[in-house]
Amino acid sequence: MSSTDHAPTNGHVPADRPGRRSGSDVTRDGLRNIRPDRDALVGVNAGAPRRERRRRDPQSMVPDATFASYYGRPVLNPPTWAPLDIAGYLFLGGLAGSSSALAAVAAFRGRRRLATRLELGAAGAIGLSLVALVHDLGRPARFVNMLRVLKPTSPMSVGSWLLSLYAPAAFGTAAAAVLGGRLRLLRRLGPVARAGAAVTGPAVAAYTAVLIADTAVPAWHEGHAELPFVFVGSAASAGGGLGLLTAPVAEAGPARRVGVAGGAVELAASRLMRRRMGLPAEAFEQGRAGALMKASEALTVAGVAGAVAGRRSRVVSALSGACLLAGSACQRFGIFHAGVQSAEDPRYTVEPQRERAGAAAAPGPG
Amino acid sequence: MAPASTPLSLLSSVRGHGDPATDTGWEDHPPRMGFFTDTSICIGCKACEVACKEWNHVPDDGFSFTGMSFDNTGGLGADTWRHVAFVEQRKPLADQEANTQHDGVAGDELRWLMASDVCKHCTDAACLDVCPTGALFRTEFGTVVVQEDVCNGCGYCVPACPYGVIDQRKDDGRVWKCTLCYDRLGVGMEPACAKACPTDSIQFGPLEELRVRADQRVTELQASGLTDARLYGHDPHDGVGGAGAFFLLLDEPEVYGLPPDPVVTTRDLPRMWKRAAVAAGGLLAGIVALGIGGRS
Repeated sequence: MSSTDHAPTNGHVPADRPGRRSGSDVTRDGLRNIRPDRDALVGVNAGAPRRERRRRDPQSMVPDATFASYYGRPVLNPPTWAPLDIAGYLFLGGLAGSSSALAAVAAFRGRRRLATRLELGAAGAIGLSLVALVHDLGRPARFVNMLRVLKPTSPMSVGSWLLSLYAPAAFGTAAAAVLGGRLRLLRRLGPVARAGAAVTGPAVAAYTAVLIADTAVPAWHEGHAELPFVFVGSAASAGGGLGLLTAPVAEAGPARRVGVAGGAVELAASRLMRRRMGLPAEAFEQGRAGALMKASEALTVAGVAGAVAGRRSRVVSALSGACLLAGSACQRFGIFHAGVQSAEDPRYTVEPQRERAGAAAAPGPG
Repeated sequence: MAPASTPLSLLSSVRGHGDPATDTGWEDHPPRMGFFTDTSICIGCKACEVACKEWNHVPDDGFSFTGMSFDNTGGLGADTWRHVAFVEQRKPLADQEANTQHDGVAGDELRWLMASDVCKHCTDAACLDVCPTGALFRTEFGTVVVQEDVCNGCGYCVPACPYGVIDQRKDDGRVWKCTLCYDRLGVGMEPACAKACPTDSIQFGPLEELRVRADQRVTELQASGLTDARLYGHDPHDGVGGAGAFFLLLDEPEVYGLPPDPVVTTRDLPRMWKRAAVAAGGLLAGIVALGIGGRS
């Protein structure tokens, strides 16, 4: 049989895909070439010429990788985490952690209303986080197994212990802020809890970056150098935003400065991360992740601008705070979805590994 | 029982490798056991898939027709611990010529590659490193096993695995994967899949022996003209410190759905923790400085 005998017979003309030759004669829907996407390709040199590469380095000695896969199926098993639970926790944990630190500073400067509202916000956010985290477990009744061991090799184990220090401190601080006037014990414990929450809060905000980067998910792992800075920037932006939203203008100064600086760090670090990441950065531009990342940038820019310009207006300040909070949330959900998308496409797993293997095998320049 | 927790300095991907069971703290343990799956003699009978399900009481993984050659299993997961891949290629198998018509058109023969995939039981196992409960542990045979009475279904091991092996069973909540038949090994039996394999494509034994045998086999195949033959996962210096279950493949790994050059994610973990510590410190210092510094 020569290859010209394989013309489609059922009227479906296959898409013109040079290089993507089918190997199989019989497919689910009829004869060969009807569904060229579902065929395994032959070897590294048989891949289709794919979409234009992002920013190819003209100096690079590494040859362009081509791409083969097993029927287009993902190499990785994508995360099983529910977006609302886990991306929600990434946001709320950051919000709580930075709010606690900011509240302690506000209390030190005598901004009672700012401090109290941030403390209540932190307790609420971390309370919701704990609910989300337990809810996401396959066996919620076994949540206490998280404290069975302490493993530095597992960011989730470290995080569980961190939360078991931080959450009681945040709850204690909030309880002291509300009931401290009536209960002497709480009044006395308040400052201790506040200091504890202020010190452990930033750790809660930062460790979640390691939590998701310490996976094989390309869009998360390849960002591991910058991700902690994206997350603390995003956390500061959210904490400052909460202060701007809830506190009167006269007291909101610290929140304003932290929100603006945090938003700037979030914008810069997130851009830098995606620029250095290589191929998986594409996942941040597509689908739900792309929409969320764009929304995050727009909201954070608006929030920063509003916070700077509207320092005398309660309304503009509150709106800016809401923008910063929403921008931070979109950032976390965007990063979460980018990770899932990058895990579901074998290209983001195979191609960077091919390039790395090729670079290791090729003789160095000079 | 092996020690459940591992200090960061004991990450073998960071410190360098010895025997994984010894590194974990097992004393007086048997040699490291593993699989050598020689795909050049796999006939795609799926006896391994069936034997695994029967022995390990693995529930069905769906009755769907994928249209992917003879593969209606799809890939490894919570309910699939052995998976036979079927690859159809229009490419001659070495110098062999099929008995059908020859019209002189090069590369017109169909070649059918089959390969039985399984958990790699990595020397540097990311699933084991990231497990927060200690449910995943290193056995005395150097394999990696989930303790189903400890796993709380956090799902962290799922995206940590660079091969897409372990997954969560939806109606159960916990994660599941190949145990290398830990129960059978304990009484001196070979795993069910290797026992059932009619061609000895799946070979079970001490890893050292298997590596020697695989080296001989790949040399033999290449000498016979099968220049595509290569070993995958046999090198103790690769990104996962060498796999406990390794393969002889006839094409690039990605053609079979395997990652070409996987690296255990925890190799970068010390650097990640340092970065996160700097970031957390920066956040605290920044909030203090900005909060106290301004006039308003």
